[in-house]
Amino acid sequence: MTFPEELKYTASHEWVKMTGDGEALIGITDFAQDALGDIVFINLPEEGDEVTAGEAFADVESVKAVSDVFSPVTAKVVEVNTELQDAPEKINEDPYGSWMIRVTDITDTEEFLTAAQYQEIAKEEE
Amino acid sequence: MKLIFERGAEGRGLSLLPENDVPAYEIQSPKRAAAPRLPQVSETELSRHYTELEKQCFGVNDGFYPLGSCTMKYNPKVDEDAAALKGFTGIHPLQPEDTVQGCREVTDTLERYLCEITGMDAITLQPAAGAHGEFTGLLTIKAYHHAKNDPGRTKIIVPDSAHGTNPASAAMAGFQVVSIDSDENGCVDLDALRAAVGEDTAGLMLTNPNTVGLFDPNIAEITGIVHQAGGLCYYDGANLNAIAGVARPGDMGFDVVHLNLHKSFAAPHGGGGPGAGPVGCKEFLKEYLPKHMKAFYGNFLVAVKSLTYLLMLGREGVPEIGKNAVLNANYMKKKLSAAYDMAYDHTCMHEFVMTLSKLKKETGVSALDVAKGMIDHGIHPPTMYFPLIVDEALMIEPTETEPREVLDHACEVLLELAKKAETDPEYLHGAPHDRPIGRPDEVAAARKPVLRYSFGEK
Repeated sequence: MTFPEELKYTASHEWVKMTGDGEALIGITDFAQDALGDIVFINLPEEGDEVTAGEAFADVESVKAVSDVFSPVTAKVVEVNTELQDAPEKINEDPYGSWMIRVTDITDTEEFLTAAQYQEIAKEEE
Repeated sequence: MKLIFERGAEGRGLSLLPENDVPAYEIQSPKRAAAPRLPQVSETELSRHYTELEKQCFGVNDGFYPLGSCTMKYNPKVDEDAAALKGFTGIHPLQPEDTVQGCREVTDTLERYLCEITGMDAITLQPAAGAHGEFTGLLTIKAYHHAKNDPGRTKIIVPDSAHGTNPASAAMAGFQVVSIDSDENGCVDLDALRAAVGEDTAGLMLTNPNTVGLFDPNIAEITGIVHQAGGLCYYDGANLNAIAGVARPGDMGFDVVHLNLHKSFAAPHGGGGPGAGPVGCKEFLKEYLPKHMKAFYGNFLVAVKSLTYLLMLGREGVPEIGKNAVLNANYMKKKLSAAYDMAYDHTCMHEFVMTLSKLKKETGVSALDVAKGMIDHGIHPPTMYFPLIVDEALMIEPTETEPREVLDHACEVLLELAKKAETDPEYLHGAPHDRPIGRPDEVAAARKPVLRYSFGEK
């Protein structure tokens, strides 16, 4: 299980990658995809939607359950990774490459965790 | 096995369908250009096809079926006899009401009995199943708030242990769903409920006994909190089997209920129905019951079966349902706690939830593996991985219609599987071993479903 240093994390198992131009990519962590098991369906927001820090913006369905994905930021969605809709298994194969949404106009954020802090949480939940 | 399309040959047929005995009439509407590609099989082939299908199925007639929350009790055959009577099957819903008075007596009598059992004042038999009943009940609640000039009540509170249909039905009825956490006993957390109610509360949806098989001791306080905030209380009758004839939702403070005739009142279920999900309400809500939730009178023959069941049991017999269901569940729970962790320690109602979390950590054998292992012993697996608040959950509901020997055998099997998990986990990972279908590839089925026969097309 990997926890890339350059990413920020939330306790609800999302990762955020700040891309430097006021934008960010958001996805779910390696720990999250492992706990969910094989993901078979993903429900994503639409381009132009607003997402709110701490509120669900997407849901993922595995053979076991349907789970909400919570937004780590309050922002506007500029791009949705529609490729995942046809190939949700990509989230299992490459959780950090499989960003779900790209956002801009970030006005608020959850309390982010560092890779080390998040790894602690993941270990506890295991 | 072969599909029906892979049997037969061009031009082959059978004489099972009766000859047309009325004048043929050409329907004046657009018609399909080509005839549908129906299977062309002889009666022998058709008969073998269905027999082969039947051999691959498992029902209550084959063996123990402790599928938690589904109440897979035995359905008395006398119910079928009654439902097959010509006077019930030979009628048409559009014939004049004065010619179907017997049928109306069936529905009126059943409505009266169900009101008595639930403590409600009015019942509609229209809804076709549980979730349809929920939707009907929620529309009733919505209509009430609107009539009271209080359309700001847009939120339905649902505990996190609820059946998935509860939040789904609430959303379908146009409500926002507020999920509240359960307390450490699996019951409603009163503080969480107090914090959740307000001027926007339309109602609360609850099962009692709840999804983990426990009777919520605070039920009167729970319904009181919701009423005080101006909301209504909805009772999901999924678990009525535990209390029918003993305790009534109406006395606990519920305003609307739905029942599953195909669970608690012994109409067959599984395989897509038909079921029936009657909705009852208190007098003050009667005028808000929707009038047209389903064509005509609902699934009328299911009502005939349930009325037969109730008449056979009688007033004294109905409380025996729950008492024996609760006894059977506690008997199994006690025996199984020798090897399995129970999610909650309390005396249970008609069902209980085990958590195989520790077993999985220690042996790698999951709830799924144990469930699959039971199939090899001729037992239908319990409900798995539900409710979501219990990790590695197996939810067992033996029902009242199983004798002690069956419960003993199921316990022996489960205890043996727990031992097997220690000694030979690989064996369980591969279970079931001697069935026509082993482990279907659920992932491929979900990701790349084949939804129709292709007739050899690409």
